Amino acid sequence: MYKQIPIAEGLFTWPSETPALLGSRCRSCNIAEFPRKPSCPACGSEDVVTEELPRRGKLWTWTIQGFMPKKPYHSDETPETFTPFGVGYVELPGAVCVESRLLENDPAKLKIGMEMELVVETFRHDDAGNPVMSFAFKAAE
Amino acid sequence: MDVAIVGIGIHPFGRTPGLSGLQQGAYAARLALKDAGVEWKDMQFGFGGSASAGSADAMVNELGLTGLPFINVANGCATGGSALISAFNAIKSGEYDIGMVTGFDKHDRGAFNADPKQMGIDEWYGEVGLMMTTQFFAMKIQRYMDTYGISNNTLAKVAQKAFSNGAKNPNAWRREEIPLEVISQSPMISHPLTKFMFCAPGEGGVALILCRADIARRYTDKPIYLKSAAVRSRRYGSFEVFAPSQALQQVDGPTVDASKAAFEAAGLGPQDIDVLQLQDTESGAEVMHMAENGFCEHGEQEALIQAGETGIDGKLPINTDGGCLANGEPIGATGLRQVYETCVQLRGEAGERQVPSAPKVGYTHVYGAPGISAVTILQR
Repeated sequence: MYKQIPIAEGLFTWPSETPALLGSRCRSCNIAEFPRKPSCPACGSEDVVTEELPRRGKLWTWTIQGFMPKKPYHSDETPETFTPFGVGYVELPGAVCVESRLLENDPAKLKIGMEMELVVETFRHDDAGNPVMSFAFKAAE
Repeated sequence: MDVAIVGIGIHPFGRTPGLSGLQQGAYAARLALKDAGVEWKDMQFGFGGSASAGSADAMVNELGLTGLPFINVANGCATGGSALISAFNAIKSGEYDIGMVTGFDKHDRGAFNADPKQMGIDEWYGEVGLMMTTQFFAMKIQRYMDTYGISNNTLAKVAQKAFSNGAKNPNAWRREEIPLEVISQSPMISHPLTKFMFCAPGEGGVALILCRADIARRYTDKPIYLKSAAVRSRRYGSFEVFAPSQALQQVDGPTVDASKAAFEAAGLGPQDIDVLQLQDTESGAEVMHMAENGFCEHGEQEALIQAGETGIDGKLPINTDGGCLANGEPIGATGLRQVYETCVQLRGEAGERQVPSAPKVGYTHVYGAPGISAVTILQR
């Protein structure tokens, strides 16, 4: 029986029907950060709390990764099976702008300002065949 | 105490299979010593760095074991600029009269593969394919084009100019002009940037001899004065490479901060600059850096570049030696290559690529991961 394993602990709520990214928020200056950090990137305060980030936001910018990255890239792909993938920053309102893979890789279908939503999907498989889960954003329905 | 550059040396950029990065640095060092009419034993200090070609201080094994203090500098793409600033301050302090700055490198083929751990980032970030400088530059120019109306054709024109200038530079790697449509139609690396709009990791070495300005004429009749040199790191809210998240509200980046600091220290402004070298790791970077360094307003680049004003004969000559696009990117050497080219231009020795207006003041700028910038202002 295979088990879904998150790519990193504490990155997003999992298992969950409606997973959310986990960020940290500074209690003195109210700045949010992703992923969670033990201190605030703006003021250096260690008084930070974990919070679930909004699951929807607007696309701030994007690109398409056209060639297979070298290590440390670690997917199930080979140079022959590699598929270009979208990358973007998504503005999560009231929180932070998060960098993410995008499920869309067609430049004609990506537009700055479009509404996006979070998904958690299988990114690769580990040596035992378990699905390794990671997050991405797709065009909101 | 003012500071002058009295000797310059370069090893041609590109691929040199027979020489290590260190040997290319030593080659440049010998040329710089000869240019200043001094010997290695006359050097009172050395600052130098490389990212992938070993410790710069191992160069003493090539040049001679004289016992001088030699300090390795490592600061990403701002390594050369940081070494230069260290030397600048060492002489300004009155501690030393004369010394050397060097930067060299030798990288493997293909895109850089940065290690997330080195940057304080968790491993998942690299595993899912986000640890790519190319993506950052593409996403920065993508938003910039949307906000300020820069066209794809303008991105191609930046690369076309770089290769055209490189063709006039005997030390450049890419020495052939490339037609605009070939640049535009080359494979898309990271939308909107094509293959020929990106520089490639490469090899090369540069060395400079710096001394107290009051003794400069002992060594050369064409001293170039280092009016100012500034390095800045990012502040919270600037959009930077290798950032899993960034602030909702943007602030000016380290380039803007370093540029302002350098202009203020020199008592000069953008209108005083006759020739400039701006970090152009890809076409979009040159466009954005024009405004970030204060040489135009955001969005004005479109008209300036389309009118050819950034060419050697234009009113804002940028990257006269072909920049990173034609010279490649040996990380440790790039910042000093820009200073080398500026000295050549201010001396009036740039031959076919000489800016015709007898330039008096020059400007250099590098930007690198994870959000640092170094600027120098030079005057003859």
